[in-house]
Amino acid sequence: MKNVKIIGILKASDKKLLAISKSGLLSLTLAEMKAVKNYFKKEKRDPTDVELETIAQTWSEHCKHKTFRGIINYNGKKIDNLLKQTVIKATNKINKSWCVSVFTDNAGIIKFDEKNCVAFKVETHNHPSAIEPYGGAGTGIGGVIRDILGVGLGAKPVLNTDVFCFGPLDYPEEKMLEGTLHPKRIFKGVVSGVRDYGNRMGIPTANGAVIFEEGYTCNPLVYCGTVGLMPAGACFKKVRKGDIIVSLGGRTGRDGIHGATFSSIALDKDTEVSAVQIGNPIMEKKVQDALLQARDLGLYNAITDCGAGGYSSAVGEMAEETGARVYLDRVPLKYPGLTPWEIWVSEAQERMVFAVPPEKLSEIMKIFARENAEAVVIGEFSGTGRLELFYGRERLADLDMKFIHDGGPRFKLNASWKEKKLPEPDFPCPLDLGPALEKILSDPSVASKEWIIRQYDHEVQGGSVIKPLQGAENDGPGDAAVARPVLTSLKGVAVANGINPRYGMIDPYWMAASNIDEAVRNIIAVGGDPDKIAILDNFCWGSPDKPEELAGLVRASRACYDIATVYGTPFISGKDSLNNEYADVNSGKKIAIPGTLLVSSICVLEDIRVCVTMDFKKEGNLVYLVGRTFDEMGGSVYLKNNGFIGNTVPRVNAVNAKKIFSLMHKAIKQGFVRACHDCSDGGLGTALAEMAFAGGLGANIYLDRVPGVAGLAREDYILFSESNTRFLVEVEKKNRKKFEALFRKFPAANIGITYGERLVVHGLDGRAVVSEDIKKLKEAWQSPLRDP
Amino acid sequence: MAKKVKVIVIRTAGTNCDYETVNAFKLCGAEAELVHINRLLDKEVELMDYRILALPGGFSYGDDVASGKILANEIQYRLLDAVSKFVSAKRLIIGICNGFQVLVKTGLLPGLDGIDKKEYTTLFNNDSGKFEDRWVYLKNTSKRCVFTKGTKELIYLPVAHGEGKFLTLDKKTLDYLKKNDMVVFRYVNEKGENAGYPANPNGSVDAIAGICNPGGNILGLMPHPERFVSRYTHPRWTREKLPEEGDGLALFRNAVEFAGKNL
Repeated sequence: MKNVKIIGILKASDKKLLAISKSGLLSLTLAEMKAVKNYFKKEKRDPTDVELETIAQTWSEHCKHKTFRGIINYNGKKIDNLLKQTVIKATNKINKSWCVSVFTDNAGIIKFDEKNCVAFKVETHNHPSAIEPYGGAGTGIGGVIRDILGVGLGAKPVLNTDVFCFGPLDYPEEKMLEGTLHPKRIFKGVVSGVRDYGNRMGIPTANGAVIFEEGYTCNPLVYCGTVGLMPAGACFKKVRKGDIIVSLGGRTGRDGIHGATFSSIALDKDTEVSAVQIGNPIMEKKVQDALLQARDLGLYNAITDCGAGGYSSAVGEMAEETGARVYLDRVPLKYPGLTPWEIWVSEAQERMVFAVPPEKLSEIMKIFARENAEAVVIGEFSGTGRLELFYGRERLADLDMKFIHDGGPRFKLNASWKEKKLPEPDFPCPLDLGPALEKILSDPSVASKEWIIRQYDHEVQGGSVIKPLQGAENDGPGDAAVARPVLTSLKGVAVANGINPRYGMIDPYWMAASNIDEAVRNIIAVGGDPDKIAILDNFCWGSPDKPEELAGLVRASRACYDIATVYGTPFISGKDSLNNEYADVNSGKKIAIPGTLLVSSICVLEDIRVCVTMDFKKEGNLVYLVGRTFDEMGGSVYLKNNGFIGNTVPRVNAVNAKKIFSLMHKAIKQGFVRACHDCSDGGLGTALAEMAFAGGLGANIYLDRVPGVAGLAREDYILFSESNTRFLVEVEKKNRKKFEALFRKFPAANIGITYGERLVVHGLDGRAVVSEDIKKLKEAWQSPLRDP
Repeated sequence: MAKKVKVIVIRTAGTNCDYETVNAFKLCGAEAELVHINRLLDKEVELMDYRILALPGGFSYGDDVASGKILANEIQYRLLDAVSKFVSAKRLIIGICNGFQVLVKTGLLPGLDGIDKKEYTTLFNNDSGKFEDRWVYLKNTSKRCVFTKGTKELIYLPVAHGEGKFLTLDKKTLDYLKKNDMVVFRYVNEKGENAGYPANPNGSVDAIAGICNPGGNILGLMPHPERFVSRYTHPRWTREKLPEEGDGLALFRNAVEFAGKNL
């Protein structure tokens, strides 16, 4: 055996098995190593390094979602496959006819019009972004774009959305842990990385969010999402026995080796940078141009991207039913010297794998050559049900496909939840709430992200309808983005996100509920139809081996089921990234991120002409608050600014919310709404200020008219509570009756009028508790991240 | 019925903005075809079969070396004869954003010596030092340019670039451009007045956003007219009274109509 090493596991003790897993960066548990040992016992031989690597990649948490699919003991009750019991179950129960492909492919697919479908996927690239922010984030966006290129028979990317979580930009140097980068450096690197990749791909980045929390200092989160457009007939793939395996795009190098397995363990100061991939967006654009042509000519039966695990995962997945023979010596390399297992698992970027019928091979190769995109035949789908790898004439691996995919033992994990009791706030309500409002507007998570947004081409492809920056001076914060992927049609796609990690510090159940509400109400606010909204879940969590961490995950998942089923919003795709922890070499502690769920939403709009933006339009219009305001200060920006988290986390009344969404949609569709903005971070006060300064128009507002404040006597709480399912709406006087008639049975109160150039908020006794020049408020909101 | 005007939209590795450029020409009744440069180089496609050539935006070849440089070299060294013929026949060329950068680097613009052997003008890094996407007001100042005949004096279009600062080799070149009516668009504020950043988004000399050749048949501009052909892409369409048609469409229509009548 010239090109492989034999790893002796048949005679290895448990201790030795673990040592092999650890030293090879395989991230396999003892139970898994034992399963491997048993398999090779039956094969009567020891595995090669290539075989062990293949198993490790396929069984990695990243690829297999072992926690979500495992058996969890939650406070004494057994949960058999959390994913199936919550997220997937919700989608099955909701059973929308417009869902085309869910949870089976690279991305979820829904119907767009008679001829087209749209696919949506959100991915994370957290660990790479922590150690090499520019490259990590760039390849993050590159990776999710390839998911879209490889969904079904391939889709054209039409929109990107990005959500980042960082540590505070002013984090003190002296508190930094050994081996970590400063949040500011990560922030700038990530923004540039996404910019340079997304812009070069010619995909508009039209929506996003940035959260700053201390808990993300060592382990930032980088969520990248892409929407794709594809012909309705291109939504499914099927590899046939005898198909040729063609690899298109980038060459293979040593970059990104062990990406899949390294993302499944905690980071530490010695984490290798070689685990980060190197991106080349122009290569990816060539691949895109080439493959979409081949798709339209029907030249292949299946396609997938090389993501985590490289060829090992891509070919492994495609060949699950047929088996495959791959000749690793035929793979074009960036430079010589790679061992076969490195070629097999390298996560070098911009590579797509195709299953091409032999009779179409020469035509597809011609098309790829025309685009100057390198393509090679690396093997065939054999029909033997085995994965056979060769280097020249030497056989490197011969594994049963069934074992690779189903041979791993299921995880058994413990989760225990105890309700938290955090300190309750004990400060009095200030007389003047103006400074508190300004402070919220200046909170980096709330403040204007214009500096980032303008660096992203959010208008390429010519279909941007509702932009991230809106209003009289094109600088107010929009809710959802809307784009027309087909320029000859008035149909559109709306995309938004919901993320509230601070709520999760109190209870991940209500965090998840609030995130779904936020993702949905952002879409409603621009004119989306609540019956056409699909959502994506994206969990980033600490180690599931800690029972309290896992319990949070269970609770969040349960809320996903409970809320989504009532809202009728199916999950069409999802992702989890666990083990977001940093192992501090000095204290020996592992620092986990706050359990974070991103809910992303997508909605097909019948006619984009009904869309509204959030900026106040005209003086003398009525301002309505739809939805109830409760004493729900827990996790709010206002309490954070006063040094508390609190306990009264915002909840969701899903049944009521569903009705409010439907009425809001009617009001917008019938043209009664001049402006609409959802209340989120910073509550009513922030939403009011944003609408005012975006429109260049003040307002007079009366807190005693706010619906649902019974028993809520604190003016600061009314103004800054972050209760869910609330919309601020601007209505012309002539539409007053029609608008109010819609909301007869639901709380919607006229709380004031647009007027002048100041935001004046009258307290419960009529006294002005806020009286601020909107220019000053805008400055408070714009200055923190103007030139970070 | 008159034959449709044929437009060739050239793409290469890293081109984007091609879909919306084709769409804009089609809206004006042209037959627009997206063609990879390799097909021209291999002579599968004949340039003279088209009456308008468009170089869309994007990052041709990643803008490695310099924006538009590699594509410009391909045109200069491998397509020069075909392009010269096309230009001498007074056919129309438009280069938008990266396409403008290509036109400048091939010497098709400003085209003082026909096809210039030296770079009289260039597009340099924005003064802000970063890529920026924002809407700008443009004052149409040329009577010479075929693309802008009869368009409104003040139009509104988005820019999205990192290297769009227009510079001339020397003052003489700048004076020449001005004197000969080759400055097509200047960045202005909403009132049509000269203004600094961000009205002039990149620090271009004399606030120049687009120029044409002495013949007026070649236009290069940094802003994206193809992105504003419908009122629903205007950033304030939800608050302002606007016509259904976006300001950018007139440029394409002028070209198609001119080509239909004269070429």
